[in-house]
Amino acid sequence: MKKIIMLFAAVAILGVTGCSSLGVQPWERDLLATDEMSLSAGATDLALDDHIYFSKEGTSGGRGFAGGGCGCN
Amino acid sequence: MQLNKTDLKKALFAASCTLLAGNSVAQDWDFDTAIMYYGEADRVQALEGIFQAKKTLKDDKEFSAKLVVDSLTGASANGAVQQATAQTFTTPSGNGQYTANTSETPLDDTFLDTRVQISAQWSQPLAENYVVSTGANVSNEYDYQSIAFNGVLGRYFNNKNTTASLGLSYALDSVDPVGGRPVGLSTMVVDNGQFSDEAAYRSAFDATRQTGGEDGKNTVDVILGLTQVINRQWITQFNVSLSEVDGYLTDPYKVVSEVDASGMATQQRYENRPGSRSKQAFFAQSKYRFESSVWDISYRLTNDDWGINSHTIESRYRFLFDNNSYLEPHIRLYQQGEADFYTPFLREGDAVPEFASADYRIGKLNAYTFGIKYGKKLKSGREYGVRLEYYNQASQDVGVEAPGGLNSLDLYPSLDAVILQFDYKF
Repeated sequence: MKKIIMLFAAVAILGVTGCSSLGVQPWERDLLATDEMSLSAGATDLALDDHIYFSKEGTSGGRGFAGGGCGCN
Repeated sequence: MQLNKTDLKKALFAASCTLLAGNSVAQDWDFDTAIMYYGEADRVQALEGIFQAKKTLKDDKEFSAKLVVDSLTGASANGAVQQATAQTFTTPSGNGQYTANTSETPLDDTFLDTRVQISAQWSQPLAENYVVSTGANVSNEYDYQSIAFNGVLGRYFNNKNTTASLGLSYALDSVDPVGGRPVGLSTMVVDNGQFSDEAAYRSAFDATRQTGGEDGKNTVDVILGLTQVINRQWITQFNVSLSEVDGYLTDPYKVVSEVDASGMATQQRYENRPGSRSKQAFFAQSKYRFESSVWDISYRLTNDDWGINSHTIESRYRFLFDNNSYLEPHIRLYQQGEADFYTPFLREGDAVPEFASADYRIGKLNAYTFGIKYGKKLKSGREYGVRLEYYNQASQDVGVEAPGGLNSLDLYPSLDAVILQFDYKF
């Protein structure tokens, strides 16, 4: 668990501070603004997949809340 | 980078939208619908429908509501080992029996359920550089009810190229199994004619049921997220999540076989799992836009205090065509280690452990999914898609020596499923 938190902390610090040179100007968001580049593109597919894998495998979540809400596991 | 005329128009449009400080006008409702069939060979068949409505209001406020209905039928592995002779089991209700033939994985064919879930979500900017989202969902199935609330706070940095978020979710579930909750690791009562009458059988069956104790579970999830735009074509996301679950986490319908030195099952015990579970996950996703394709690749690492750890790699590669259609091959690879208390069977004569489960889902397993999706955007913003996938799950040997006749039987059967989905946005 410690490793996971440290890894995330390193990424977060890099992201918020060290990576300020990364990114684009507001007028360069044309491609990022398209549906297919959205991180939640195919949200319906992902929701259906989550339900399948939640009920067939021993782990869940990661992308979103691991949650309860289903007696399938 | 040289921009052509179309790119320039798009860039100027995107810039003007951003400079106008978001969307100041309300838009029409957007609807997202899907129907999915999931079918395992000779086992579970499921049909699931989703209807989602979303409305963007003034000032980037957004409301969405979703209805999910799914229906399950078919047979599910009950956890017992295969045997060289036919086996008889009592149904969860205690009112009937089902059998497994010689060298057949015992399947409970009384599996039948319909689940309805309703959820709503609201999101809006909170102040400059902050966004908040909050929601709730309720679900109901024959033996299970759930209510959950969530909230997510996001903070933009670096010209909105970096987004940090904190999400919390609390779910309250209640379980009311058919036939009641079995006493953990008690022996399944099977009526083989040894009871003098129905009342004597019922009394023996009832003695395997819990009369009090925990009949629900609470789940608290926390997610820390970070989204980073790398450049005009590349965006990444990283999440760390913690999940604490307390309550009744046992599957009331699963058993563990107890076998003797010859490998013969002498009794079936109802499984028993710990009353809490702490899970952690790390998730990373990268999305890259090529000239006429998009590659979405993600990795997830999880572990928990049950001893289950897993690795998931998933790739979706979308080929974009000129006629507003796309083709998207999908690959998912999954590997999972078994829970500390997972065992394919118990040995007669050994002390009965506090916790034991033979549920293949918390055993050691490898799985893969191969699929492809075709989608097309129509005029007026409508869009449809069709997806076909194949899922294979192979349970792995956990290194328990199989006594006698169990040696020649399949203790770790695999599972194949087909997924077919149609979706339509309008």
